[in-house]
Amino acid sequence: MALYSDKVMDHFRNPRNVGVIEDADGVGEVGNAKCGDIMKIYLKIDNDIISDVKFETFGCGSAIASSSMATELIKGRPVSEALELSNKAVAEALDGLPAHKMHCSVLAEEAIKAAVKDYYDRNGIEYDHAQFPDCESCGHCSV
Amino acid sequence: MNIYADNAATTKMSRTAVDAMLPYLDQIYGNPSSLHSVGQRANEALASARGRVAACLGCDAGEIIFTSGGSEADNQAIISAARIGERKGKKHIISTAFEHHAVLHTLNKLEKEGFEVTLLDVHENGLVTARQVEEAIREDTCLVTVMYANNEIGTIQPIGEIGAVCRAKGVLFHTDAVQAAGHLHIDVKEQNIDMLSLSAHKFHGPKGIGALYVKKGIALTNLIEGGAQERGKRAGTENIPAIMGMAAALEEACGSIDENAAKVSALRDRLIAGLSEIPHGVLNGDAVKRLPGNVNFCFEGIEGESLLLLLDDKGVCASSGSACTSGSLDPSHVLLAIGRPHEIAHGSLRLTISEETTQEEVDYLIGAVKEVVSYLRGMSPVWRDLESGKSKFVTA
Ligand SMILES: Cc1ncc(COP(=O)(O)O)c(C=O)c1O
Repeated sequence: MALYSDKVMDHFRNPRNVGVIEDADGVGEVGNAKCGDIMKIYLKIDNDIISDVKFETFGCGSAIASSSMATELIKGRPVSEALELSNKAVAEALDGLPAHKMHCSVLAEEAIKAAVKDYYDRNGIEYDHAQFPDCESCGHCSV
Repeated sequence: MNIYADNAATTKMSRTAVDAMLPYLDQIYGNPSSLHSVGQRANEALASARGRVAACLGCDAGEIIFTSGGSEADNQAIISAARIGERKGKKHIISTAFEHHAVLHTLNKLEKEGFEVTLLDVHENGLVTARQVEEAIREDTCLVTVMYANNEIGTIQPIGEIGAVCRAKGVLFHTDAVQAAGHLHIDVKEQNIDMLSLSAHKFHGPKGIGALYVKKGIALTNLIEGGAQERGKRAGTENIPAIMGMAAALEEACGSIDENAAKVSALRDRLIAGLSEIPHGVLNGDAVKRLPGNVNFCFEGIEGESLLLLLDDKGVCASSGSACTSGSLDPSHVLLAIGRPHEIAHGSLRLTISEETTQEEVDYLIGAVKEVVSYLRGMSPVWRDLESGKSKFVTA
């Protein structure tokens, strides 16, 4: 199907980092089953470096590919860099997404932010709340 | 293996239909309105095609208008009935919540003009009853339009009973028979149908051609103005090759309706039985009152588009009513109309088979769907929560 780039199809067919980290240091889940997509990201963090990352996704092809690409982009990187990952960067790394699928890359960005926030909360690390928009503000879903 | 299981979207043309078209592309290519012989030969072909289509529906040739397809026929039937009603001060129309958009969007347009539309609720089994129609009819009702069979879940409506109610109450009755024509017996007189839409590409004919049956005496409103073709009710030089292909395809399909229905519904039931083994899935639509080739399931914990993409990788062409495939933010209005919650409707799969489908293919389909559903559930956080008891299953 020509709907997606080869990169998207590759990450969809062979998603990297699928799974669960039982003793994760931070877990983030965003999306809504009613809207048709949910992403969950598990982070293992050692000395401020993301030493391992796994994801689970319920959603369309581009949602699965976006999660896969996003995990690749932050694996082995410092937490601060993960926080800077934008949805645009995810989409670009996938050689683009169709306009009506851009929200999948937004979900990937938000899922990572949510996981980092969870890590900060668990460890009593101070942070700027403005960095973490809540899901309700996106207005993607009609439900 | 390559399996085409999307026959409700469109069908492969039959050899008979292709052969019926060919001479009209480069030999008898005349304009049926022309006086010369090549035009007149085209005109004879047109008349014969009209007669053959009419015979398949149990009406007269003069009651058939050729259109560009099902959508145009639906639009013209509804607009015409609305104009007739309007002239008598009747501006109420009854339909159902799970019609095709060709019907629903036309009704929306009329609502903006001041018509009142009642959309009947569809039962969980995908059926409406004649009783519901009867109770909804008012003094100012000018049209009842109920589809013959639903395009997504395949359920067959009690058209004869609804026709009888409308006739008794003196209200015009239109049915969108796009999914039914060529697959189910239709007799417009016996079933008291006043107007009926059909489309050739759903029964192995060509795309872009359809027909509207209009009972004698019902005045049509033009959607397209111009020449005097189609009794002046639909302008434009007739697409003779497509019309010939449609007539041949419809005749062929109607000639073997019982045989095809028996064969295809046996395969359908085998497919339904196989897919029912997948836990936490549910068949959409009545198991018996459904089109011979239609299978439609919802599977919990997965999303339809990724299901389709992975099935495509396995050579299976299918369809889904998830939001991602419907091109809108909401899942299929049909699945919502039968009461499926959003989260379940996103995980829908429609497989529509044909006379050409084999038992071997059905068995392959069952295996492929089982494999893909379980793979996607394996990476789904929704499924994890369902399995761990954190959230509740909706289906058994
Ligand atoms: C029930 C129903 N009505 C109308 C249509 C529209 O037909 P067409 O594609 O010929 O315009 C379709 C097919 O998409 C259909 O399934």
